[in-house]
Amino acid sequence: MLASSFGPNSIALNTAQLDFEAAVFQAVELLVLDGRATQGYVSEVLHSLRELGPYFVVAPGIAIAHARPSESVLEAGFSLLHLSSGVVSGSQNDPVHLLFAFCSPDADSHIELLAQLAESISAPGKIELLMNASAESVIRSLL
Amino acid sequence: MKIFAVCGAGIGTSVLLKSNADRVLLDLGIEAEVKAVSISDAMAADSPAQIVLVTPELVEKLADIKSEVIPINNIFDLAELTQKLESALT
Repeated sequence: MLASSFGPNSIALNTAQLDFEAAVFQAVELLVLDGRATQGYVSEVLHSLRELGPYFVVAPGIAIAHARPSESVLEAGFSLLHLSSGVVSGSQNDPVHLLFAFCSPDADSHIELLAQLAESISAPGKIELLMNASAESVIRSLL
Repeated sequence: MKIFAVCGAGIGTSVLLKSNADRVLLDLGIEAEVKAVSISDAMAADSPAQIVLVTPELVEKLADIKSEVIPINNIFDLAELTQKLESALT
C-alpha cells in the first residue's frame, strides 16, 4: 500500500532555500525518523549523489533520492520533502519542488510501491496539486 | 518484443518508467515485455532489447548499442510516452 509506505513523519514541508545536498539529507532523514532505515543509509544516498551527480532528478521539479538496497535499510519506505522555494540540483529538471526518497532492504520490496507511486503521480494535474500543496495533510490525501 | 527501461542502478527510475510504459502499451493494445534494468544491462552486447527507454542524461552512454534508444524527458508524462512508443512500434 502506497499510503502506508509513507510513515507518520515521512511527509514534510520546508520553505527555506536549501542547497540540494542538505535537502536530500533531510528527505532521507525522514526515513530514519520513521524507523525505515539507519543513519548508514543517509550516508549511502549522499555518497551516490556525490559520485553520480543528480541522477535521481527524474522529471521536471521531481527527484526520487535513493541508494541501492542495503543492510542499512530496515523496511521499505517512502518519504517526501516538499520544497516550496525550489532547490537547484544541477539537473535539467531544476528547480526541484518534490523531493521523494525511498529505501528498500532488497531488490524487490519497493517495486510494487514504486509502481503505485508512478500511477499516483502520473494522474493528470496531480503533480501540480502536490507542488501547490501547503500542508502535510493535503499532500498525504493526494498520494 | 522486448523493451528495456533503463536507469543507473535499475532499481529506481527504471521501475517508474517500466510501470508507466506498461500502462501506455496496454492502452495502445501493443504486446511487449518491459523490463527495468541497469545501464550496464542495456549496454551488454547480448542485450535482447529492441527498444530502450532512457532519461536524457544517460542517452550518450548508450550511443553504440544496437537497440533503438528512445529518450524520455518526463517519465510521468503519459502523453509523451504514448506518442514516442506509438511512433516507434506502429
